[in-house]
Amino acid sequence: MTIATNRGIMNAMASSPLILRIRWPVRLWHWINALSVFIMLMSGMMIFNAHPRLYWGKFGANFDKAWLEIGNHGTRGYVALAGHEVPTTGLLGYAQSTALAFPPILTIPSSYGLSAARGWHFLFAWILVASLVAFLVYALVSGHLRRDLALTREERRPSHLAQDLWDHARLRFPRGEAARQYNPLQKIAYLSVLGVLLPLLILTGLTMSPTMNAVLPWLLDLLGGRQSARSLHFIAALGIAGFIAVHLLMVVLAGPINELRAMITGWYRLPPERRP
Amino acid sequence: MSGLTRRHALIGASGLLLAGCDRIVASPTVKGVIGLGEKASRSAQRLVAGNALAPEFSAADISPVFRVNGNTRPTAAAYLDLMADGFARWRLAVDGLVARPLSLSLAQLRAMPQRTQITRHDCVEGWSAIAEWTGAPLALLLRAAQVSSRARYAVFHCADDFDGTPYYESIDLSEAMHPQTILAHTMNRQPLSVGHGAPLRLRVERQLGYKQAKYVMRVELVDDLARFYGGKGGYWEDHSGYQWWAGI
Repeated sequence: MTIATNRGIMNAMASSPLILRIRWPVRLWHWINALSVFIMLMSGMMIFNAHPRLYWGKFGANFDKAWLEIGNHGTRGYVALAGHEVPTTGLLGYAQSTALAFPPILTIPSSYGLSAARGWHFLFAWILVASLVAFLVYALVSGHLRRDLALTREERRPSHLAQDLWDHARLRFPRGEAARQYNPLQKIAYLSVLGVLLPLLILTGLTMSPTMNAVLPWLLDLLGGRQSARSLHFIAALGIAGFIAVHLLMVVLAGPINELRAMITGWYRLPPERRP
Repeated sequence: MSGLTRRHALIGASGLLLAGCDRIVASPTVKGVIGLGEKASRSAQRLVAGNALAPEFSAADISPVFRVNGNTRPTAAAYLDLMADGFARWRLAVDGLVARPLSLSLAQLRAMPQRTQITRHDCVEGWSAIAEWTGAPLALLLRAAQVSSRARYAVFHCADDFDGTPYYESIDLSEAMHPQTILAHTMNRQPLSVGHGAPLRLRVERQLGYKQAKYVMRVELVDDLARFYGGKGGYWEDHSGYQWWAGI
């Protein structure tokens, strides 16, 4: 090893280089999308509170069989999945002295208000869709999708993915040069949100609109009816909530200051290589 | 900090956060901004919907039980009086901005060309129920009454009330003239029950449940909704802030 590279490693350990990792359109979209998603999840939970039962098929109301229900017996909350009740007092069904499916701390508005929740949900639906379309156009045109998000041939190999899974399980995240790029599981997570969960949320959302049913009847048929669309909307929203939980956990584990700086200013400090 | 006080601090902080959020939600400026979403939805849906028909279903899709909701038994003496003899003396008024006001009995409505459709009713709360409806297309009545070119909305005055405030609803003329918009007297091949709005209810199939006014007594053609009750075009719009545009 030459003196120069030795010095490079020494320097890297002392202060590893800052790289411009996230360009401004991605950062701007990320924060608009984050705000929209949080407001839509919170107002969506209040909309769910108005009728906290989910069905499969073209119709579904109180006398029909629900596959999921969040309810309460007096001050005891429960979640009933396919008829099996699980007690959830203090979390769901009955919490904060309130007999609602999702408790006040999670919803917009915090006390029962379906019309206000719908107002927030549908305004931010426009913002979410407009910013997502703009972002997708940018990602395609700029090469962000191909360069940063698409899995390389090497990354698509099962052995590579298995190794990445194993590394994640041991919380060994890429360092040094390898940390310039997103890792394969990270790419899969982002692509699932962009390509599956958000589009599914938008399409199932549209399918719940009676006017849009007249305009796009094929979408209603494709999704198996309005109540199936409502159930899929809920499941996709759960998927987004799950993504957010893992995403935030990863930010904390990978170094919250560095990660947050990267998403605000674009500049990311490559974590130094481990000693051999 | 002990566990107890930390918990108290957390509860206090979340309380402040909630209060802050609710203040934002309640602010008139914010309400105005939120209203832009409804305007955008209405404009966009008006643009794409045209005269597209709401999906119709087969007899096999009809809900086994169609729950009743809202008012299920009007208490006004005048309504009870009409109900007592099976609505034989009941008349529907069509008036306002029309050249020829109408007053129609149930028999006259039934004698008009009828439309039968199996459609889905979507409550704003989220549930849906499917039923077969038969009635007179509203467009036929409006043509017979010769609606003025100044008219922009049809207002439906109803016999039911909530604590003395009458139920009413309104739709614009393009929804009123839509081929599936009917005044239904028959549900699942039976005369409309009192729970579902006897003797006559509106079916406006591309809109949510609160637009499907029950116990309709009068259709008034108007150019402005501001002079009715709370001025927002319907009972739930006035009372609870529900969006006038109920296509979503």
